[in-house]
Amino acid sequence: MKSFWQRFLGNPRVMVGLGWVALVVLVSLFADILAPRDPFAIVGTPFLKPGSEFLLGTDSLGRDIFSGLLHGARTTLLIAIVSTLVAVAFGTLVGAVAGYYGGLIDDVLMRTTEFFQTIPSFLFAIVLIAILSPSVANMVTAIAVVSWPPITRVVRAEVLSVKSREFVQAAVVAGQRDSAILLTQVLPNTLSPLIVTGSLLIATAILIESALSFLGLGAPNQMSWGFMIGAGRSFLRDAWWLVTIPGVAILLTVLSINLVGEGLNDALNPRLTDL
Amino acid sequence: MGGSALGKYLIRRLLQVVPVVLGVVVLNFLLLQLAPGDLATVLAGEAGGAPKEYIDQLRQRFGQDQPVLIQLFNYLRNLLMLDLGYSFRQSAPVLDLLMQRLGATLLLMGATLFVSLGLGVLMGLLAALWVRTWKDHVISVAAIIFYATPLFWIGLMLILVFSIKLGWFPTSGMEDVVAFNEGFARVVDIAHHLVLPTITLSMFYLALYARLMRASMLEQRGLDYVAMARAKGLTERQITTRHVFRNALLPVVTMAGIQFGSLLGGSVVVESVFAWPGLGQLAYQSLFARDFNLLLGIFFLSACLVVVVNLVVDIIYVLLDPRIRIG
Repeated sequence: MKSFWQRFLGNPRVMVGLGWVALVVLVSLFADILAPRDPFAIVGTPFLKPGSEFLLGTDSLGRDIFSGLLHGARTTLLIAIVSTLVAVAFGTLVGAVAGYYGGLIDDVLMRTTEFFQTIPSFLFAIVLIAILSPSVANMVTAIAVVSWPPITRVVRAEVLSVKSREFVQAAVVAGQRDSAILLTQVLPNTLSPLIVTGSLLIATAILIESALSFLGLGAPNQMSWGFMIGAGRSFLRDAWWLVTIPGVAILLTVLSINLVGEGLNDALNPRLTDL
Repeated sequence: MGGSALGKYLIRRLLQVVPVVLGVVVLNFLLLQLAPGDLATVLAGEAGGAPKEYIDQLRQRFGQDQPVLIQLFNYLRNLLMLDLGYSFRQSAPVLDLLMQRLGATLLLMGATLFVSLGLGVLMGLLAALWVRTWKDHVISVAAIIFYATPLFWIGLMLILVFSIKLGWFPTSGMEDVVAFNEGFARVVDIAHHLVLPTITLSMFYLALYARLMRASMLEQRGLDYVAMARAKGLTERQITTRHVFRNALLPVVTMAGIQFGSLLGGSVVVESVFAWPGLGQLAYQSLFARDFNLLLGIFFLSACLVVVVNLVVDIIYVLLDPRIRIG
């Protein structure tokens, strides 16, 4: 039996995905050094083609697309990661409490979770931001609000399967408090499916964030990939690169995160790889 | 399964719908409370300012001077009577606006469900039959890529290639309004306009269903009843079409029901890209007009649609799978 790391890193798809994700993370960390100018600054003639004076050309106002791409990576990634963390924290709390206490609490919490899974989530996110007004914090809130239910389901299922095991019973008999049992005994055992679901959620969050920014609901004064596509769509006929370049960036990033997430899943559940 | 058992199941399942719809109504109400400024201040602001007495008078007229719970009760009562409020931007009752747009959205949804489920199931089936060959890999890789593609971007790319460069399809709208087509010519025209939006919206779900179908086929193929069928002397073809395929379809049908809500969300983006005159485009327009009555009306109607579709899927499921005991 190979170790987890051998299975994970030995998967060529994972290596490709990790490579691109690492690049995007580095670029967003060092965006200010790599492209020191404000991405909204007008630096040249509008509609310059890629490969001219500017590596990826300029947009309809003469803004540098390369700079926009780097700063956009930062906004998109930051919002996706923070909203996923919020969704994971909240979803874990609800799932753990529902699974651990069972009974009426479980019923109420799970009906609520199902409710949030039933309502059209993207539309709900749009409504939330439209009413709360567009900002980074509201974007994070909206994405987290529509993303937590799968986490809750995963955690609850794991808690249910773990809580009747001997080591949990032993902790109960030893007189540990509920919160301590949940945190130190139960939740560590739910970690692997949580990591898989969480990593795939980041990809979904990027797609939601881009779609919201594309519709013009992104945070004002924050360059993002979806915003770049939304701003460039009116010039599709004459300047294809305005829309194409940021779209490829979104596609590659979401694809890479999905590949890594699936690689994690395969490596953590080796029996399933046969499928 | 007796007819009465199915009837009882239907009634029980219908009752489960009630809390969800009520939940959406309460959620809508809470969101309206969250919105900055109430209707009275908005109207007064639009009129270029108004004295405080006039605003109070407006509030009284809309019942906004009453306690929140009473307001919620009034809101509920109005909704039960299908009064979704009035859109002051479009100067029309919200319900009328929704009904004008519902048809276009349902057409797009129907076409998308048909294409994504049909092709998705077919692709998944083929990938499973050709498992671990190059054809399987091609299908799987294509599915992974479609699964990661933003809807709005694929829509714009399709317009770029098939409308602008090749000129095969119109860039936007649902029909050529100046052509005044009638009868069959109009149907053809609408179908022509429908192609690109449907492909755009289908891509993601096609990929999802293909991947699910493939996994489901492979899982079913390893089960005991397949070995039994083989021992009985059935050919592989019979096993696949009569047994494995039917069982493998069930999770895909469930998923299609679950995904209907997200499909409606996707239609907002796709309709705004293609100027498709449906609910999604209406939502997009109401966003920037800050027309919350209309926006929340669309949200309410969409949630009701999702509930109805899930109900239908559950019923189909019971009819498809006799193992599900009802009652």
